Amino acid sequence: MATPDAFEPDSATLLEIYRRVALLHANDERARKVIRSGQIAMVYYSYRGQEVIPAALSAALRDDDYLCTIYRGIHDMLAKGFPLDILWAELAGRATGSCKGKGGPMHLTYPEKGIMVTTGVVGSTMPIANGLGWAAQLDGTDRVVVATFGDGASNIGAFHESLNLAAVWKLPVIFLCQNNQFAEHTTYEAGTSAKQIADRAQGYNIPGVRVDGNDPAAMYRAAAQAVARARAGEGPTLIEAMTFRFMGHVFGDPDAYIPKDMKAAAMADDPVPKFRARLIQDGIATDDQLSAIEAGIEAQIDAAVAFALASPFPETDELRRDVFAEEIAA
Amino acid sequence: MSETSTAPAAAKPATPKPPTTTILAGLSKALMDAFAEDDKLLALGEDLADPEGGGIVGVTNGLSTRFGGQRVRSTPIAEQAIIGAAIGASLVGYKPVAEIMLMNFTTVAMDMIVNHAAKLRFMSGGQTSVPIVIRTMTGLGYGSGGQHCDYLEAWFAHTPGIKVVAPSTPQDAYGLLRSAIEDPDPVLFIENLPTYRTPMPGELPDAGHRVPLGKAAVQREGTDVTVVSYSRLAGEARAAAELAAAEGVSVEVIDLRTISPWDRETVLASARKTGRVLIVHEAVKAFGAGAEIAAVVGEELFGQLKAPVRRLGGAYSAVPYSKPLESAYAPDRARIAAAILALAR
Ligand SMILES: Cc1ncc(C[n+]2csc(CCOP(=O)(O)OP(=O)(O)O)c2C)c(N)n1
Repeated sequence: MATPDAFEPDSATLLEIYRRVALLHANDERARKVIRSGQIAMVYYSYRGQEVIPAALSAALRDDDYLCTIYRGIHDMLAKGFPLDILWAELAGRATGSCKGKGGPMHLTYPEKGIMVTTGVVGSTMPIANGLGWAAQLDGTDRVVVATFGDGASNIGAFHESLNLAAVWKLPVIFLCQNNQFAEHTTYEAGTSAKQIADRAQGYNIPGVRVDGNDPAAMYRAAAQAVARARAGEGPTLIEAMTFRFMGHVFGDPDAYIPKDMKAAAMADDPVPKFRARLIQDGIATDDQLSAIEAGIEAQIDAAVAFALASPFPETDELRRDVFAEEIAA
Repeated sequence: MSETSTAPAAAKPATPKPPTTTILAGLSKALMDAFAEDDKLLALGEDLADPEGGGIVGVTNGLSTRFGGQRVRSTPIAEQAIIGAAIGASLVGYKPVAEIMLMNFTTVAMDMIVNHAAKLRFMSGGQTSVPIVIRTMTGLGYGSGGQHCDYLEAWFAHTPGIKVVAPSTPQDAYGLLRSAIEDPDPVLFIENLPTYRTPMPGELPDAGHRVPLGKAAVQREGTDVTVVSYSRLAGEARAAAELAAAEGVSVEVIDLRTISPWDRETVLASARKTGRVLIVHEAVKAFGAGAEIAAVVGEELFGQLKAPVRRLGGAYSAVPYSKPLESAYAPDRARIAAAILALAR
């Protein structure tokens, strides 16, 4: 296996990561704006502050790798290539949505880019990711699977059953914990016995890595190394990516449970403008270049929202379709 | 045997015994035949591969030796992980047959079964599907008490997106399991533990045999009373029908075979004919599958019935340990026969 140095992102990779960060950031800003405007009513779990994690991860993945993500997972999916128009149409509950309006924000699915499952149940990405990994193993491909989840999810049984099975079967699965330090309203310390979640890997005899998820280069290195290990048939890795969520648990959360200074410090260290400034400082891109990227993204989101809002709602006959392969008789 | 047979045997007129087979043999053959035909089939569960004994009852005996340890895998004792792995592999073209050793242990995998296996097709708008079979066994009779023999089919029948199947004969066990494996949607396949090895009439079907899901079997025709059942108690219902016949009551016995979606046409046609319906299952009577069937018969045939629809089912308690209590818990042929006679009166 290559040494960690081989996983250092070059300038082109960093710029690609930024492209994704900018997309994720802009889309979250827009989602909250659209909800506030009343144009779309949805239960929305903002990932603002966590953008760098999937942006860096996905730069280490291929289109044919699989992803299982959660209710707070639109950033994971956009980074993996979920098309904006059918994403927004699904958020708006329209027939043109990726799931015909039947899944919604918590069940977005797009197999063409390997986005196989989005679950609203804490921890449930992981058992299913193992099955995708088993399939990749049987197919004889070097595809990998990423299961993302929060810090709170590392306390549910599914996490432990899954890490154990993945280790015993040497599955090509990356367990990616996005540790934003809160599980709903519960602090990390109040809910989690481990000093750090990465330590839990030891109990399953697999590598456990803790990384600053807001640092694009560090996050990329950790992801690329785990991906390489999985592709080489060496088995699963647990990554704990440290981060923070700026907008509380769910849209409208007054987040009184977060100490004010903790939140202020995290927001003062917002990874998105920080990364942007870094790219300019290091001469990887100019301000104008980045502004052009961002303007292009805004235009794409404009078009996607317009497409969604102009689309029809599904017919009620859809209640009888996709329950089984065969339509249920009226 | 042949080496000990001597002249007297040859002298006797040959009365060939009618052939018998077992549900266990039917299930094993179904898996062997299906695996031989489709290399996308997988099997997983606790102690299910040959190094671990080929399954605690032996349904999967020989499967891993013949088809390899990658396709037929023993798992840790981790039911969520078992069903999750089956779901994941099924999303990308495989057809896993997962074994949950006992039906009571589905309880620790309910999230995977109910929230995921049953719903992913709908929630993804048909982009993904979960063509898995979950084989599980249950049934009282071994004094295993309250956590090892419940019939929990009503929970799953109440969940849109998963089919529920329960055979009562070796031939149906074969044909239903083959159909369940070929079905594009998840199927919960309930096997009765005490009758796995009971000799039953007939031979094992050949590899082409299928029993369509959703089709009941009229196992005995009659004109006075319709008895609807499934799994082991379908056999008790057949025996009860003979007892009732001796009392001059003509009983039609329907084995549903598929509990969800159930065969309304066959049940309603029989109910129209007899005007009297008795539904029998081992599961707790209250809120059981029988309640749904009774309600539909009432909704559709009110006014055509000669008597109110009756139900027999398990007591409203945990399955008890002590033998007399266990025997009293669920209907048997005598209680079914008594209920038939009371209904026909
Ligand atoms: C099994 C289950 N229990 C409870 C919930 C309700 N719930 C939704 S999100 C959440 C917090 C999860 O926290 P964490 O895993 O840290 O992820 P985060 O939301 O911080 O990204 C809870 C308790 C749920 N969805 N599923």
